[in-house]
Amino acid sequence: MRPNQIITAAFLLTGVAAMSFAGPPKPAGGSVSGKVTYEGTPAKQKPIDMSKEPSCAKQYTTPPTTETVVTGPGNSLADVVVYISAGAPDEPPPSQPVTFDQKGCRYIPHVLAFQTNQELKVVNDDQTSHNIHPLAKVNHEWNKSQPPGTPPLSEKFPQPEFIPVKCNVHPWMHGNFAVLKNSHYAISSKEDGSFTLPNLPAGKYTVTAWHESYGTQTQDVTISGSETKSVNFVFKAKPY
Amino acid sequence: MRAQKHSLKWMYLATAALLTLPSLAVAQQAPAAAMHVGARQEAHVGKLTGHSEAGRKLYFRFCWGCHGFHGDGNGENAQYLNILPRNFVAATFKCRSTPTGTLPIDEDLYNSLNRGLNNSNMPSWFPLTDQQRADMVAFIKTFSPRWQTEKSGDPINVPAEPALTVESIKHGQELFQKLECWKCHGQEGRGDGPAASTLTDSNDQPIRPYNFVAGSRFKCGVSNRDLYKIFITGLDGTPMPSFADVVKPDEAWDLVHYLRTLQVNHRSPELALWMTTKEGAAIVSAQKISGTPTGSGINQ
Repeated sequence: MRPNQIITAAFLLTGVAAMSFAGPPKPAGGSVSGKVTYEGTPAKQKPIDMSKEPSCAKQYTTPPTTETVVTGPGNSLADVVVYISAGAPDEPPPSQPVTFDQKGCRYIPHVLAFQTNQELKVVNDDQTSHNIHPLAKVNHEWNKSQPPGTPPLSEKFPQPEFIPVKCNVHPWMHGNFAVLKNSHYAISSKEDGSFTLPNLPAGKYTVTAWHESYGTQTQDVTISGSETKSVNFVFKAKPY
Repeated sequence: MRAQKHSLKWMYLATAALLTLPSLAVAQQAPAAAMHVGARQEAHVGKLTGHSEAGRKLYFRFCWGCHGFHGDGNGENAQYLNILPRNFVAATFKCRSTPTGTLPIDEDLYNSLNRGLNNSNMPSWFPLTDQQRADMVAFIKTFSPRWQTEKSGDPINVPAEPALTVESIKHGQELFQKLECWKCHGQEGRGDGPAASTLTDSNDQPIRPYNFVAGSRFKCGVSNRDLYKIFITGLDGTPMPSFADVVKPDEAWDLVHYLRTLQVNHRSPELALWMTTKEGAAIVSAQKISGTPTGSGINQ
């Protein structure tokens, strides 16, 4: 199931529950939602010098910055992968692929979450060659060249892992793959650091939040019925 | 004698460590977890069958000083080496005939032992017997659980080399531009491209692209077929990617022919033919030989 289908399903189910419709028992209903924030002073993101790659540099009026810490208003922290690390069964991959785009010599999105064995499409929208080099430790490390105009690469990762991705030709290009065992995940938003993990049947779960610079945090939650549990994460920002 | 005693002591320790694992006879029924690292391995190279038990003795005599007691590349000499010894636990290998991300076949590891890795501290182990090298390959495979759970990749198909022509060299020259090989290897192949100075390997160690002008041998062999395999499979663990998805077999041979002409220090049929053309002769005579094959001594 696609994340947006899951959201729709959860929405419908909550609606159904709200109308106290006594339908057949369905294995969904509860959810976890909350916000990710930071305290302290995060490292200042540096402008990227793309002068060695004019075809990319010319796409920006002001140079883009690094994305090791992306913050929003109200000390909110974006690009945090929030997922159910324990309590939910492993799920087979959805048939829908996820797309990782190389555009303007940057990775879009900077953090991409998907499931084990789900199809990953890597697209090169630039007028320059990139090499996609996921530095996997649990999965296999591979490294493939993708010149401009070549079709998307199709890849899969069989094991759950957080994998840094880089392009050796353009050393400022840095991204992350979050390969997860089930479909209960979300990435905290750029607007306010919020996230929602819908479609959770009643039970005990461990919710984990992962940030590429600040590491992981976990919290245990128990969901009964179709309630929405609020879980917030606060990361300690490092100034370096 | 002292050295021998010393290595015997380590062999003892190694044996003690390995004794905790099931012997071959009971390995069949052993639970899956115990089958992991340390279980016996074989290596098959041609008619040879290498055995890890025999290879272990050789490893703890010849290899562990650099590759380490645990095969993780942290031997006591490792700190003095600027291309770090291979970490067999990670099981990522540069020289393969198999696609990027897959395990090499036994013969790939065997060939690396025969040849040594040019421009690194890994010597050729040709003075040993064929059987000994096959045994060492088998033992190297005991360090990573990947060898228990996966098969080696299917070797890539290298078609027969077509006839060498000037057109082939020229097409290779175009590909060198189109695929942006020069970004790292430089327009003249001196390993001084715009991205060269920033390159790091997967251990975050600085690494330099190959300098065609100063070198005649490659890390993974000396023949045109070896060169073909290098850019099709990529050198895993380094910035050199695989071009398998983007270069057709015919084109790959054209690129091989052109790359040979960059090796102005190496008399090859490709270079000789290229010199007979006006364009080629001009390029070759303008070529400055500088630096070393690994790229040191180059101003970037």
